[in-house]
Amino acid sequence: MNNAIYVMWLREVKRFIRSKSRIVGSLGQPILFLVALGYGLGPVFQKAGQGNYLEFIAPGIIGMAIIFSAIFNGMQVIWDRQFGFLKETMVAPVSRLAIMFGRTIGGATVASAQGVLVLFIAVLAGFRVASWTGILPAVIIMLLIALLFSALGIMVASLLKDMQGFQLIMNFLIMPLFFLSGALFPLNSAPSALLLVARFDPLSYGVDALRYFLIGTSTFSLTLDVGVLLGVSALFLALGSYFFSIIEI
Amino acid sequence: MANIIEVRNLTKKFDDTAVVNDISFSVEEGGIFAFLGPNGAGKSTTIKMLTTLLRPTSGTISINGFNPVVDPDAARHSFGIVFQDPSLDEDLTALENLQLHGALYSVPKNTLAKRIAELLALVELADRKNDFIRDFSGGMKRRLEIARGLLHHPKIIFLDEPTLGLDPQTRNHLWNYVRKLNADEGITVFFTTHYMEEASQIARHIAIIDNGTIIAQGTSADLQKETGTASLEEAFLKLTGNVIRDESGSSLDRMRTHGRRWGRR
Repeated sequence: MNNAIYVMWLREVKRFIRSKSRIVGSLGQPILFLVALGYGLGPVFQKAGQGNYLEFIAPGIIGMAIIFSAIFNGMQVIWDRQFGFLKETMVAPVSRLAIMFGRTIGGATVASAQGVLVLFIAVLAGFRVASWTGILPAVIIMLLIALLFSALGIMVASLLKDMQGFQLIMNFLIMPLFFLSGALFPLNSAPSALLLVARFDPLSYGVDALRYFLIGTSTFSLTLDVGVLLGVSALFLALGSYFFSIIEI
Repeated sequence: MANIIEVRNLTKKFDDTAVVNDISFSVEEGGIFAFLGPNGAGKSTTIKMLTTLLRPTSGTISINGFNPVVDPDAARHSFGIVFQDPSLDEDLTALENLQLHGALYSVPKNTLAKRIAELLALVELADRKNDFIRDFSGGMKRRLEIARGLLHHPKIIFLDEPTLGLDPQTRNHLWNYVRKLNADEGITVFFTTHYMEEASQIARHIAIIDNGTIIAQGTSADLQKETGTASLEEAFLKLTGNVIRDESGSSLDRMRTHGRRWGRR
């Protein structure tokens, strides 16, 4: 069982490390957001008395890189179905729970690695981390966010037969989760309706916890952030492994 | 000898159409069983049900004493399978694909290394073991797939058209190896093929399925006698007719086309 988790994890990591185009490609969008929004809206944000916008959105962009990467890694299940490899794992004499779990933590590892890369790029772009001791806990938060959305990705992919629903997932799941999470705007000053919606978005808590450790400000309490991340991860892992275990080919 | 595979009144319906309709058969332990039929007859669907990939609509299956629906993990421990269509990880090397399989099937480390070397030699891919699967030709993938299916020595091995697209040399090697495994280790072999002479030479028991029902069973000689023909091929044609069958494109086929257009990732 442990062996199966390990080999499935290793597979995800190997595939990521070997695919240079994927690493570079996945960084394009976060860099664009950092530069265009960070520098572009910076002066406006400053005038509104909210401080440095680049500092503010950097944790949000890290969250964005993680959620995109994690959900796509989960959705790799659909590609594996298409290219046949899924069958190989589905007839193997190890529990599907182990396969699902290995894939999830593999995808989460890759997504958090991308989060760390974005953090590094943000620092190059002028982002100043409030305190260096916050880095390690921030990386742990990244792992938690990645785990949550990796499990969600696998859950969604288990329910889909092919890529037909891909645009649907992109426009009605990933984009709303990102835009409504407070990654790009402060929740404190948001209209109450928007704040209410954001409260139902698990990414809000992830980004909030990242801000807590990286820039020292937050909307919710850290306990609430971590509690929600852990709770929702557990829920998605349970649902994801259920739907994964009943896949028919 | 006891039966290692028992199938009773097995039916699978997709949207009310029975693809497999009330079939029953058994395979004795240590036997070599050929499951023949025209395209779309229900062979692959039956194999999917036997190997826990599909749940039957009705009927019972026993694989090495386990019901794949009730106890899939125990059933999976009992068999190995070479699928009809590709199931390798294109982004890993040949060796990595084999190692991953070995880990999933808990093959002990030293046995694994020895068997990998032996099987790579058998399918003549030893010098390509560190190459990525995406650079392999169709035939090479097929050969590697076979090597992988034989890597752990299961009690039952399912081979779904294993020799499709292979040259006669490799086919010959493959069947010799399968016969050796069957003789030395008593592994039960369940295979499908469109090459009737293969089925005739290798299988000790044959079942012919058409339109979801088993229309004849017995040894090659039985089937020839029954139909008054001189070869299994003639018997097969007499039983199933001369009409060419069409398989409807599955959602998977449609997705493959889609995926090609879309580009990967």
